[in-house]
Amino acid sequence: MSELKLMKGNEALAEAAIRAGADAYFGYPITPQSEVIEYLMTERPENRTGMVVLQAESEVAAINMVYGAASTGKKVLTSSSSPGISLKLEGISYLAGAELPAVIVNVVRGGPGLGTIQPSQADYFQSVKGGGHGDYKLYVLAPASVQEMADFVEDAFDIAFKYRAPVLILSDGIIGQMMEKVYLKPQKERLTDAELIEKHGDWAVTGRKGRERNVITSLDLQSEKMEARVHRLMKKYEQMEKEDLRYEKIDCDDAEYLIVAYGSSARISQKAVELARKEGLKVGLLRPITLFPFPKKQLLELTDQVKGILSVELSAGQMVEDVRLSVEHKVPVEHFGRTGGIIHTPEEILEALEQKIIKNGTIRHHKTRESSIL
Amino acid sequence: MELLDIIKPENQVFCKTKLMTDTALSYCPGCGHGTAHNLAMEVIDEMGISEDTIGVAPVGCSVLAYDFMNIDITQAAHGRAPAVATAITRIWPEKYVFTYQGDGDLAAIGTAETIHACNRGENIVIIFVNNGIYGMTGGQMAPTTLEGMKSSTSPYGREIETMGSPLKMTELIANLPGVQYATRQAVHTHKHARKAKKALKKAFENTRNKKGLSFVEIVSNCNSGWKMTPLESNIWMEENMFPYFPLGDIKVNGKLK
Amino acid sequence: MTEEIIIAGFGGQGVLSMGKILAYSGIMQDQEVSWMPSYGPEMRGGTANVTVILSDNKISSPYLKIFDTAIILNQQSMDKFEESVKPGGILIYDPNGISHQPTRTDIKIFQIEGIKLASEMGNKKIFNMVILGAFLKVKPIVQLDNVIAGLKKSLSERYHHLIPLNEKAITMGMNKVSLLKIVENIS
Repeated sequence: MSELKLMKGNEALAEAAIRAGADAYFGYPITPQSEVIEYLMTERPENRTGMVVLQAESEVAAINMVYGAASTGKKVLTSSSSPGISLKLEGISYLAGAELPAVIVNVVRGGPGLGTIQPSQADYFQSVKGGGHGDYKLYVLAPASVQEMADFVEDAFDIAFKYRAPVLILSDGIIGQMMEKVYLKPQKERLTDAELIEKHGDWAVTGRKGRERNVITSLDLQSEKMEARVHRLMKKYEQMEKEDLRYEKIDCDDAEYLIVAYGSSARISQKAVELARKEGLKVGLLRPITLFPFPKKQLLELTDQVKGILSVELSAGQMVEDVRLSVEHKVPVEHFGRTGGIIHTPEEILEALEQKIIKNGTIRHHKTRESSIL
Repeated sequence: MELLDIIKPENQVFCKTKLMTDTALSYCPGCGHGTAHNLAMEVIDEMGISEDTIGVAPVGCSVLAYDFMNIDITQAAHGRAPAVATAITRIWPEKYVFTYQGDGDLAAIGTAETIHACNRGENIVIIFVNNGIYGMTGGQMAPTTLEGMKSSTSPYGREIETMGSPLKMTELIANLPGVQYATRQAVHTHKHARKAKKALKKAFENTRNKKGLSFVEIVSNCNSGWKMTPLESNIWMEENMFPYFPLGDIKVNGKLK
Repeated sequence: MTEEIIIAGFGGQGVLSMGKILAYSGIMQDQEVSWMPSYGPEMRGGTANVTVILSDNKISSPYLKIFDTAIILNQQSMDKFEESVKPGGILIYDPNGISHQPTRTDIKIFQIEGIKLASEMGNKKIFNMVILGAFLKVKPIVQLDNVIAGLKKSLSERYHHLIPLNEKAITMGMNKVSLLKIVENIS
């Protein structure tokens, strides 16, 4: 039976990690996600499930602890916020290169630099375009509610182990700090060491009892071997695009205009859609739930139907590039978003849609007419 | 006596430990890494713990340690081996976990991870090979490069005023309560190698007895980086490295010597 | 039913916990709820606010520009949120420390002497419960039983002996809230 609670997104994620049967959490406090480690330290999961929780000396140490635990086939996660994720990127690149399963959570705040502790979505590029060095991608899940903060932990572990790859949960200060109702799943048993060895003994370093030694590394000094590794990674990413794309369409059936937004911006945009519909404007919302893979095909298909797209993100305009690439210039695409920790309101989004797209849309039709006359 | 009569198990007086693979070592001839690897593997073999040991390889000359040591190994990012080892020992408390690191890895980029793993008293062994130079990248200055010593990034010799003093890591971490055992050894002669092996054995026994962190520094040579013959480098090491990095135990059973 | 509320005042006044109790009360009567705080340096002494939404339907945006009700507990918040009340909406405030009275004529404005009443009751900490009582009198969106159940959920067991006092404070707020102005043009 699931359990109903009122929790902050950060707390729900921490509790869900325990219940998902995670073996370890390594982290370092940073606003606005410190509740994750605070909750775990208070909850003492070592007594509940045997899960290890450790406050590391830095984000760098924390992600490398994740690397160590993941090397042994354990279910491990870490969380941080933007500047801390920048520090973790080296380790994330190593996790991808060494093909290790792990879950990383980013509760985004405004940047660049020390920036602000207020909410932001300006880490889109960092999350989906690599961030760290080398040819790799992260499977990126973007929760838009406290419920999804909880649910996505187990989903992220499933994907991480399916592909033996690091998975990022890209949240933000809004989803992390807000409280909502959340239904928590029942406790899942952690794998015993014997079960783990049975399941992951073909690759994990657990001591080479009864088998040849296992080695975890991301290093291939022979170029051919390194290229083969890169190709192996690319195949995983192709498979993710085929099998594990997630998105949500809201009010899209009759939509003439489309908003694309993820995470907290999707929630705020949904209200903008409600306001627009009250005004008689047929606006729909496409919410990418995974940012990689990105719903490219779905967006392209919608261009047969919509006259223009507004990409809404708490940033100066990052996801808009992927939206534009997806729709192949078939319809106008504009960005709207506040930065610096300011949260856009539903009214601002609707206004931006009216000014940047609906007005623009008219101009476009006008031009089309003109060109047909010419 | 025929040759085949001689090659019999009962006549064997020395062999490579089976915990060293047959892969040819990538180290320069004359380098101490091979001996240090071999000693560590001998100890693990003799203690019968090879199937319960997980090693952590660094970045640096010994990055490929996993090619030579026939045990489970994970290779860490530069300087982060003690963090990687921390996680492993925390979730596999019955395993023997060790890191094998050089001076750049342990005493420069990874100083924070080293100090904090030591301070937490993680139940691991840290093997620290100090040859006073960055060997793999072509002989740049290390935190342990001696005063006046030339390297490609201190071409006129290390100048204390601008480059700081060579860092005595083992003395530094020995002061932390979490450290059970801190010792400095060498492996360039049989005599030294035997002592180093004893030290390594003590370190792994500490892990077995859940005593906490053991730190074994091995002062070694880098004939290539130092631009010397192997023999010259060993003599230079004795004359210059040992006075600054004196051999011997610094902390035993949690007590400073 | 959807009720969109902003509660704003100083950190330490119990703004966030009052919102939390309201959210719990909503859960007790099977509603959807969201609680979105201002966070960070705006802690004790600084301004703090929380957006609370209770609804029979799924809640879209947890962050809003305009509200059905604003509960305002200091001057900075009055300056910031008086204009954020929907026309025909409600503003409840504690006049203590308010130098510029609200001037809107298209909303209903209520006063509650929260800090004075809490002091008279001998416990300034129940200030926020007096305010909550005032709100519930004006907008009975949750039943008192559900508020008490919500309190039980949100307080740890060792504070449960304080629940009767909190209930008294809520009732006090209900009894003492007063309508400041009735403006003709409210439909």
